[in-house]
Amino acid sequence: MTSPAIAPLLEVSGLTRAFGGLIAVNTVDLSVHSGQIVGLLGPNGSGKTTALNLISGVLRPDSGSIRFAGQAIGGMPAHRIARLGLARTFQLVRVLDGMSCAENVRAGLAFHRPPLSRGEIDQSVERLLRRVGLADRAGVPASGLTYIDCKRLELARALALKPLLLLLDEWLAGLNPSELLIGIELIRSLKDEGLSILLVEHVMDAIRSLCDRCVVMNSGRRIAEGRPDQVLADPAVIEAYLGVSSDA
Amino acid sequence: MSLGHIAAAIGAGAGLVVLALLPRYADAYYLSLAISLLQFTVLATAWGLFSGPTRYVSLATTAFFGVGAYTVAVLGEVLAWPLVLLIATAIGALMAVIVGISTLRLSGLHFVIFTFGLAELVRQLVIWYEVNKTRVLGRYVFVDITQNDIYWQLLALTVAVFAIGWLIARSRLGFALRIIGEDETVARHCGINVTLAKVMLFAISAVFITLVGAIMAPRWTYIEPSIAFNPTISFQVVIMALLGGAHRLWGPAVGAIPLTLLFEFLSARFPATSTLIIGVVFLLIVYALPAGVVGVWERFSRQRAKAPVAAQVQA
Repeated sequence: MTSPAIAPLLEVSGLTRAFGGLIAVNTVDLSVHSGQIVGLLGPNGSGKTTALNLISGVLRPDSGSIRFAGQAIGGMPAHRIARLGLARTFQLVRVLDGMSCAENVRAGLAFHRPPLSRGEIDQSVERLLRRVGLADRAGVPASGLTYIDCKRLELARALALKPLLLLLDEWLAGLNPSELLIGIELIRSLKDEGLSILLVEHVMDAIRSLCDRCVVMNSGRRIAEGRPDQVLADPAVIEAYLGVSSDA
Repeated sequence: MSLGHIAAAIGAGAGLVVLALLPRYADAYYLSLAISLLQFTVLATAWGLFSGPTRYVSLATTAFFGVGAYTVAVLGEVLAWPLVLLIATAIGALMAVIVGISTLRLSGLHFVIFTFGLAELVRQLVIWYEVNKTRVLGRYVFVDITQNDIYWQLLALTVAVFAIGWLIARSRLGFALRIIGEDETVARHCGINVTLAKVMLFAISAVFITLVGAIMAPRWTYIEPSIAFNPTISFQVVIMALLGGAHRLWGPAVGAIPLTLLFEFLSARFPATSTLIIGVVFLLIVYALPAGVVGVWERFSRQRAKAPVAAQVQA
């Protein structure tokens, strides 16, 4: 069965999740079409990471639906969502410190369904490390990497899942200006290869240059949606980030 | 296969032949000591199979051990011996799967307490059954198994537990477990069914422990719940595995051998205070060797590996 070309790859509607009395994500709608980069913005604590955790299966939604590649994935265990082709990186970078770089990437390759052959895995490890610029680090323990190299390695591991959709949680945060340019180029090249990306980001330059569309959240709700220049000029968005001006 | 591998295989084979011939030369005391050594080697290694990679501390050892022993006490006289062992295997695996599915989602600390409670629960159930149904607390184990048979079976089980551990480490399950040990959330996002992997490993580990209980049962001619479900075994196994280092396959055995000898000596020499001394030993091990003997060995071999490289760079 082929779904109609216009159906979004990821379609989230009415997504809600509360922690006790705090509604972290409140009836949020969001969609990512194939080949698009969508930015998920909002001030700290607005529910962006919780939304990613709901989509990737770390948390179960209280209500609302999440459809990915034609399947309802809301509440599905994370390992099954990953196997459907949804990969992610984490806000606080998570590499497997006790393993080499090659093994970190292998972790993303070894559990495909159906399983890859040993030869395919070896080839892919090399290709992916080269892809993120770590070709000469294959045997190095991940614990010995610099911060940007950890981020690269985490990205290689996510790409190893052969994802249709990649969730990047502040993947560019903490990089210095020259590293940032490298990072932005890397994400752009992934898009050029046809990957769809949902990224949570605070770096405005990256959002302007990468995103096709943006969704802005505040206090768990979606407050704006549209092209980056549109939403960043939206008074509600400016208010959410900077507060109401005193002479208003 | 390199020359080193061949030499190691020949060495292991020769060692095995010597061990297998031991009952011909050893007197009853040394045979009984050898049985204790093998028993704790299998128990600690099987414990480490599960607890090493997952870092869950299980105190359920005595629950599985006791279930194995009781399987023999109940069925030993009516069924053929291999069939009894097979049934013990099935019961151990089934119990582990049920316990695993219901508890392995718990955090580490809750799991420790649950497994300790499990051993007590099973013991109380057996006591209840014996008192209310059979009306006799103890059972006699009359099976045609000699001390030599026990020794040989334990030796075979030792080989099996190492072979299985070696195979797991080289399998996809082994790789999955290493990732789970590093970071469970990452493991899930790599497509690993974390719960399934843990339950499988818990069951494999439990089967070996159950079989040890079954094989050891004929050593006592009389068993009752307090003998078969002795909680001290659970703690001893944890101490041994921690002394050796549970993150390597051969680590727990390194701890099991000296501590079995020590416990043997203590219970003979200081029968009244041996538990107290074991407790002190436990504390000393955890403080002095948090990563076990294996951890110390790894630190030294890393330093040794670094030194020649540095020398080459200088040259």
